[in-house]
Amino acid sequence: MNTTSRQQQVQHVYWRAGFGTTPAVIQRESRKPIRKVVRDLLNESDAFKPLIVTAQEQLVTRQALRGMFRDGMLDRDKLKQQLKENNERIRDLNVLWLERMASGEGAVREKLAFFWHGHFACRVRNPVTVQQYVNTLRQHALGTFGDLLMAVSKEPAMLQFLNNQQNRKNAPNENFAREVMELFTLGRGHYTEHDIKEAARAFTGWGFNVQGNFVFRPNQHDDGPKTIFGQTGTFAGEDVIRLLLERKETAQFITGKLYRFLVDEQPEADPTAPQRINALADRFYRSGYNIADLVETILTADWFYEAKYMGNRIKSPVELIAGMQHSLGVEMAQKQPLVYFQRVLGQVLLYPPNVAGWAGGRSWIDSSSLLFRMKLPDILLGADQVAIRPKEDGDVNTEVLDRRVRKPQNVTVDWATFEKAFERVSDDKLPDELAAYLLQQPLQSAQRTIVLKQLKPGATRSEQILRLTIRLMALPEYQLC
Amino acid sequence: MNRRDFIKQSALTTAGTMLIPHFLKAYELDRLGAASATGKTLVIVQLSGGNDGLNTVIPFRNDIYYRERPTLSIAKEKVLSLNDEIGFHPALEPLKALYDDGLVTIVNNVGYPNPDRSHFRSMDIWQTASSASDYLSTGWIGRFLDANCAGKDCLPYRAIEVDDTLSLALKGNQVNGLAMLDPQKLYNQTRSGMVGQLAKTQHEHHDHDNVSYLYKTLAETVSSSAYVYDKANIHRTKGTYPASELGNRLKTVSELIQSGVNTSVYYISISGFDTHVGQLGQQERLLRQYAEAVHAFMSDMKATNRQNDVLLMTFSEFGRRVKQNASNGTDHGTANNVFLIGGPQRIPSGRVFNEAPNLTDLDEGDLKYTVDFRSIYATLLRDWLKADDKAILGQSFKPLELV
Repeated sequence: MNTTSRQQQVQHVYWRAGFGTTPAVIQRESRKPIRKVVRDLLNESDAFKPLIVTAQEQLVTRQALRGMFRDGMLDRDKLKQQLKENNERIRDLNVLWLERMASGEGAVREKLAFFWHGHFACRVRNPVTVQQYVNTLRQHALGTFGDLLMAVSKEPAMLQFLNNQQNRKNAPNENFAREVMELFTLGRGHYTEHDIKEAARAFTGWGFNVQGNFVFRPNQHDDGPKTIFGQTGTFAGEDVIRLLLERKETAQFITGKLYRFLVDEQPEADPTAPQRINALADRFYRSGYNIADLVETILTADWFYEAKYMGNRIKSPVELIAGMQHSLGVEMAQKQPLVYFQRVLGQVLLYPPNVAGWAGGRSWIDSSSLLFRMKLPDILLGADQVAIRPKEDGDVNTEVLDRRVRKPQNVTVDWATFEKAFERVSDDKLPDELAAYLLQQPLQSAQRTIVLKQLKPGATRSEQILRLTIRLMALPEYQLC
Repeated sequence: MNRRDFIKQSALTTAGTMLIPHFLKAYELDRLGAASATGKTLVIVQLSGGNDGLNTVIPFRNDIYYRERPTLSIAKEKVLSLNDEIGFHPALEPLKALYDDGLVTIVNNVGYPNPDRSHFRSMDIWQTASSASDYLSTGWIGRFLDANCAGKDCLPYRAIEVDDTLSLALKGNQVNGLAMLDPQKLYNQTRSGMVGQLAKTQHEHHDHDNVSYLYKTLAETVSSSAYVYDKANIHRTKGTYPASELGNRLKTVSELIQSGVNTSVYYISISGFDTHVGQLGQQERLLRQYAEAVHAFMSDMKATNRQNDVLLMTFSEFGRRVKQNASNGTDHGTANNVFLIGGPQRIPSGRVFNEAPNLTDLDEGDLKYTVDFRSIYATLLRDWLKADDKAILGQSFKPLELV
């Protein structure tokens, strides 16, 4: 096993459990034992503050809007305007959340909420509903998985996305019952079609009202006996959730997925992984599905810091953008570029492709996305233009995301703070020192030579730091954490 | 397989497993004849947003159609009839000319079981060729590319998407297709900054496999882009194209084909078909643009004697509901028509492959599919691109008598 430096370890924790951090924080944390680093990081994520872009009272469903249009209370232009504003509020929420991630505040909570967003993937078009869903994920991100599962299952966003609003006594809709088993808890192969049919009956009557609150409608609920996982009873939706949590496969499935997210995307290629994941899953199950405990156990394990896991995770577009912003202290007066970058790179918060979430890993990388990633530092810092356009997905409702950006305006970077961390570093050591902070992969000599060629002779120290930083962030190595 | 093919393939197998060094790139592989194309080209034009198939190929003898669409239906006398049941939207006149020339096949009622009415999900299903209950992270064209890799060496440019970004359809396990709006633009991108120099560095740290993967992608991108740029730079087509986005992109495809680039699949998507509100004008404009561009392209192929070797397929992620909505538009539906244009000549004129949509037997107001889209893919892979359809699609679909 290669040994890894304390600084690398600190950076590893911050990248995997958060969105990276600044050189100053790395220096401060590198003086602590790693357990203390993890504990402090978790403590900083204790508080939950909701993200608010729109008031609950402003909930007007599309259905209601269309009704008003039909009844002549809205003309076509007003209807279009209202629908457009809805889309803009979701975009605002997207940016608000991305900037929260980039702020470093409550890093572990936001990172886990981001994980749960991919796990409980859901996309709907009402901003109030989306806001409530996101805040539920964020609120329960480090709590117990049971509470999270119950809360998300009762979110209007999820009920709508998986058609449970249409799940009625005499016409069951199995969509939610299927996905809750296949994607949210057990994983494939641990339930039967019969279990799904019966669970769907138990979820009949779960819906939401026009105020955007969960309601149970007894007259639509099938209160007859059901047999699920071999147990028979007049089960309701809550009972199904309980039965799912009683199954150890749920703990194994969730632990395996979180392990892929935090440690290694390909545990199947690692002979030490299965036993390790099983032990973690046992602990998770015994703890009553305590998420914070599972996360802390992983982050404080010796194997977490093995060299083979470091710098081998491909940053998702959101991790890349938020990380870059956070490391440099980037402030953007205009927000549209942030949305546009997500679109071009293929991951837009609040717009997952389907209920299975983003595929992740190597699927982020192709000829186009890699070239764009390598250009991103220049574009973000205003040194270059956006030369490419994302594909339109054909949905009239996402047009607001596609407003073209050529060059971000009024971007400020807190270079003074960034530079201060390197004030004791001599000029000739700067390239390697910066690389150590920015890359989780060693800077090879060929790459080092190419980066150094980009320096301008006679430039000031500040200019050199700026240029080196941008070049290092443009390397393929920077795509990894 | 004849003797020549056999020798070629054995030589390749040997080379692929033993002789080709890892750094061997596009040029060398191409010269070796790695995965040499069949000489057939498939061009896919995706209509994003869910094109209204019932107003594209119109059942002009059907009372239900006129009853359910009081303000959206196309009057019988305006329809360009193909047989005594169905006909094209009047804006498709250029396509009708191709049909009369024996160049168009229309497949009706194409879809899949348990149809999904979300754009994203249904498009995923079409692009990955999955069933409605599976979630795949590779596309059917990407897996076609995988099947054409020689050992570790793959050629991204065997499938080109004429766009800035790459669709899921072109993502494979081992290799992805190349996204390229035009050869010059991509070439410039690969020449800027540190890209070119970095692509030339040799990567040794294999224990960190993702970093190797990134450098491999970078090297393949740079060498593929240089290969396509060098080849295509020579050729300007004499064909005239409309100035629309699709016209421009098909023109690029034509120039790449004529320049002899070893590409089997081209992928283009155009958007705007999500016609919930005020459908008539918008769809008419889009269909006209589509038909004009495709007509220009096929004329160009004919003029350069390639029309029998180039097949263009058009699909959309779903059709729309039979009944129009309250905003003079239509909402998301299910089964739809697919067009196959070019390829083997149909005699005496174009072909309507199967029965017209049955408007009396609907599934909650939506058309029922009778042709699984994956059987069309299977046919194109097996009979047109001479590939292993079963391996690429993960199961066997009954091929159709289409090409």
